[in-house]
Amino acid sequence: MKTALGNLDFADATTLSEALTLLASEPDRVPLAGCTDVYVGLNFGHIEKKRFVNIWSLSELRGISENADFLRIGALTTYTEMIESPIIAKFLPMMRDCARLIGGCQVQNRGTVGGNIANGSPAGDTLPILAVAEAMIIAQSLSGTRKIPFLSFYAGYRKTVLLPGELIVAIEIPKPPGAQWFRKVGTRAANAISKVVIAGLRGETVRLAFGSVGPTVIRARRTEAVLSSGGTIAQARDALAHDIHPIDDLRSTSRYRMQVAENLLSAFWDSTTPNQS
Amino acid sequence: MVENFRNQDRYESVGRNVDRKEGMSKVTGQAKYVDDLNFEGMIYGRTIRSEIPRGKIKAIHLEFDTEGFTIVDYRDIPGKNLIALIQDDQPCLVESEINHADEPILLLAHPEKEKLLEAKVRIETISEIPVLDPLQSGKIFKEILISKGDIEAGFGLADRIVEGEYRTGHQEHVYIEPNGMIAVPTPDGAITVYGSLQCPYYVHGALMVLLGVPETKVRVVQTETGGGFGGKEDYPSIIACHAALLALKSGRPTKIVYDRVEDMQATTRRHPAIVRHRTGVAADGTLLSMDVEVIMDGGAYCTLSPVVLSRGVIHATGPYRCDNVRIRGRVVHTNTPPNGAFRGFGAPQTLFASEVHLDRIAHTLGLDPIEIREKNAFRPGDVTATGQVLPEDTSALQVLREALKKSDYYNIRKKIGTQAKRGVGVALYWHGSGFTGAGEVKLASKATLELLPSGAKVRVASTEIGQGTRTMLAQIVAQTLGWSYDSIEVSPADTAVVPDSGPTVASRTCMIVGRLLQRCAEEMRFRIGNLTPKQYLEKHGPLEITKVYEKPPAIQWDDEHYRGDAYGTYGWGCNVVDLEWDAVTYEVKVKKVIAVFDIGKAIHPIFAAGQIEGGTAQAIGYALHEEVVMRNGRVANPQLTNYIIPTTMDTPPIEAVIVENSYRFGPFGAKGVGEMPMDGPAAAIVNALFAAGVDVREIPATPERIMEAVCYSR
Ligand SMILES: Cc1cc2nc3c(=O)[nH]c(=O)nc-3n(C[C@H](O)[C@H](O)[C@H](O)COP(=O)(O)OP(=O)(O)OC[C@H]3O[C@@H](n4cnc5c(N)ncnc54)[C@H](O)[C@@H]3O)c2cc1C
Repeated sequence: MKTALGNLDFADATTLSEALTLLASEPDRVPLAGCTDVYVGLNFGHIEKKRFVNIWSLSELRGISENADFLRIGALTTYTEMIESPIIAKFLPMMRDCARLIGGCQVQNRGTVGGNIANGSPAGDTLPILAVAEAMIIAQSLSGTRKIPFLSFYAGYRKTVLLPGELIVAIEIPKPPGAQWFRKVGTRAANAISKVVIAGLRGETVRLAFGSVGPTVIRARRTEAVLSSGGTIAQARDALAHDIHPIDDLRSTSRYRMQVAENLLSAFWDSTTPNQS
Repeated sequence: MVENFRNQDRYESVGRNVDRKEGMSKVTGQAKYVDDLNFEGMIYGRTIRSEIPRGKIKAIHLEFDTEGFTIVDYRDIPGKNLIALIQDDQPCLVESEINHADEPILLLAHPEKEKLLEAKVRIETISEIPVLDPLQSGKIFKEILISKGDIEAGFGLADRIVEGEYRTGHQEHVYIEPNGMIAVPTPDGAITVYGSLQCPYYVHGALMVLLGVPETKVRVVQTETGGGFGGKEDYPSIIACHAALLALKSGRPTKIVYDRVEDMQATTRRHPAIVRHRTGVAADGTLLSMDVEVIMDGGAYCTLSPVVLSRGVIHATGPYRCDNVRIRGRVVHTNTPPNGAFRGFGAPQTLFASEVHLDRIAHTLGLDPIEIREKNAFRPGDVTATGQVLPEDTSALQVLREALKKSDYYNIRKKIGTQAKRGVGVALYWHGSGFTGAGEVKLASKATLELLPSGAKVRVASTEIGQGTRTMLAQIVAQTLGWSYDSIEVSPADTAVVPDSGPTVASRTCMIVGRLLQRCAEEMRFRIGNLTPKQYLEKHGPLEITKVYEKPPAIQWDDEHYRGDAYGTYGWGCNVVDLEWDAVTYEVKVKKVIAVFDIGKAIHPIFAAGQIEGGTAQAIGYALHEEVVMRNGRVANPQLTNYIIPTTMDTPPIEAVIVENSYRFGPFGAKGVGEMPMDGPAAAIVNALFAAGVDVREIPATPERIMEAVCYSR
């Protein structure tokens, strides 16, 4: 059943400090960024909360920049902005590949990376990328700013460690070492929710993360260890069975997800293996 | 103006791509759909439904302030608590016994939509064990046996006997506009309903029974309708009944428009089917004996299931001759929302099975899929399973050969060679035009043509639902009168002004209603002679011509034994599909679809091609993506997020090719086109997968099923 919108309480914040002040006194307010997740939740009546604050116009939370070691992506950066960014194209091409496969144009124009992270769906497509890139989440509240390693940002299924009154303001990503690889498997070519999604990084060591195969995004540590220490892809596939334990749900089956995750692992390995001609 | 009626042969309408009658109003946003309409004092309705598939209502708790609400339950029904259709088994509102999830129990209305959304109703129930598996069902809505020759004798002659079981799933219509109705009461106790619908007189009939009033007290007006595909054949009667009850009780116009979720949960779907084939063949591929069993899941009430089954079983041999045939069909009850009409109406299920089975037979015999079709395809004069002698316009071989040519079939196959993961598949099929058996005789449809000073006005109950009804009927009339297309108007489908032309279903509108109008126009042309309409009206007064369906003389049907001419004629179709599947993800990419159809005559070639392309895309979804997930008898994925229909990016190039072998009794030779494109692509896709090394026998052939077939079978 749709949520009745009439008695919801919406507030608008125009600056970051205004937003943080409001959230400090009314921490039950749900931030609204692009609203592409929230609106779907309201439409299906899944959102209990009644109070919201619109943060869409906080310019402090926008933009993509870099220094010698890091990329910084503002929390309100949209997929379209990432697709068009030369910085992303140069240092984080897997994020551009991912952004192009999010929803359709409309969602790419509205959806934000901060929303994808805070929403915490295990199927969030940017999450495996942030996991292998070992991003830091910059969170801010009236009482200050803290950096949270992305890998400890989720406490469980759709649960983050953000505190009441805290906003994600940006993500800091160390420039990734090695070849990047991303692939999303949904049932159709656009507007698909991932059934399995993988990001891989192959440099001196290997980093791998999978989405939609567990309650949160998963770094496949055992598999990484096998590949980083010169093991075979067959050994890596065996190890993967210990890293992820996908389930049956509306969208797919556990067996499919496991099989495809293994196939993706092999595909990642093949396509990042330098040509030996 | 006089110009419009002289030089009669200058006005060619049929076969030309004239402008759509309502095209301008649609593209400019002027067209009014049901949710665009508002009436003075209108309130909104909401339906409270069961959450369990089977049980009894113990108590209903209204956990909200009822001030200002109109509340209706079964006791408010003035006539019979019944949705009148084929069997009198479906209540309009549950009295005590719940037979499926999302069954309507209580109706609420309020002037503010928001208040309605907030109202909490708790239904206390006692659950009973539901029947969810059609194979375990003890209740049969309809059973049909078709028998020809002696199957045992046929098996005795066979070199090989090939068996197979094939399954098809539910399918959602996903018309772009969800279902909706507005009921407007009048002070004298009459009611008018406006809504998105295919069949005004079905709604009219259902309201008379529910309200217990004579036909003059009910008026049904179709609003501009955003698609139907069969999904607005029977269900609109239910919403109209609900809106009418609320309107009568409140004395105010009442609007009920479903959102996508409610539409996908509560309204009808395509019948899932299990089809078993046992076929005796000679070593050269000649079909000697066919034993077919068809089991369809009807859901909780009968609705249109008997006629869906009927079309399904009649088409179940595929377009092939065989002297010995037995087809046994049954449609059974389960505690799931009733399944209903859907483009193809039973034939997509059985034709999927017959075409997929035929490729397995060819494979078993080491024959080529084309060779076995060439050998067995119906020719004019061949006799079907019901004993119908097929007419001259039997074009199975022609559409097959055309499709092979257009697709460059043999060269592509050669090119692919043993290249794994790519395959080409074929499906050949037929589709009876119009109602099955004696259906058209029973309907006795009418059409009226009225002379206007400016030309003529078509008055029929056939609805425009996006497929081009108004335009196509006006073309037929204009051409027959020898007048300009623009001189022909089409009346809204409003039961106050149009006769009962039968439902807008079964690919019958052009062939049957178009023919009725052609006869009206022939008589009008004769009566007017050399006068202009204005001159005629001044001289003789009003002229209105109504024609009633007349059966072509040779057609005979025995409904008890399922013998005779099942349809006046058949359309013929062939698909060639070229696809590849991905060894990493098991996803299928359809590269190209060729779709060749004999439709008698394309009155409006672009519309006809549009039907072919749209039907093909819908069939690709049916074949590969669209899975209704049922949990305890309830749809678990009633949103387009998780019910996957193909996007434009998933839709391959489709080449529509039209063949025109005239039907003697169709207008300008036309037969049906609307449903047929839905019948074949699923089989062609599954056959292409078979050629590419994947043996799936159930659709949708999702990546999950393909993975199972590739990794786990054998
Ligand atoms: C049609 C459609 C297709 C989609 N396709 C995809 C897809 O392919 N892949 C995918 O991953 N997702 C997809 N989504 C989901 C959604 O678009 C993304 O998750 C998007 O990134 C969410 O961003 P948003 O700004 O719209 O978030 P919102 O809806 O505004 O917010 C989502 C959640 O995050 C919180 N939040 C947002 N910003 C912040 C912040 N700065 N600090 C703290 N909390 C915050 C909100 O309070 C809320 O709880 C799709 C959605 C739709 C409707």
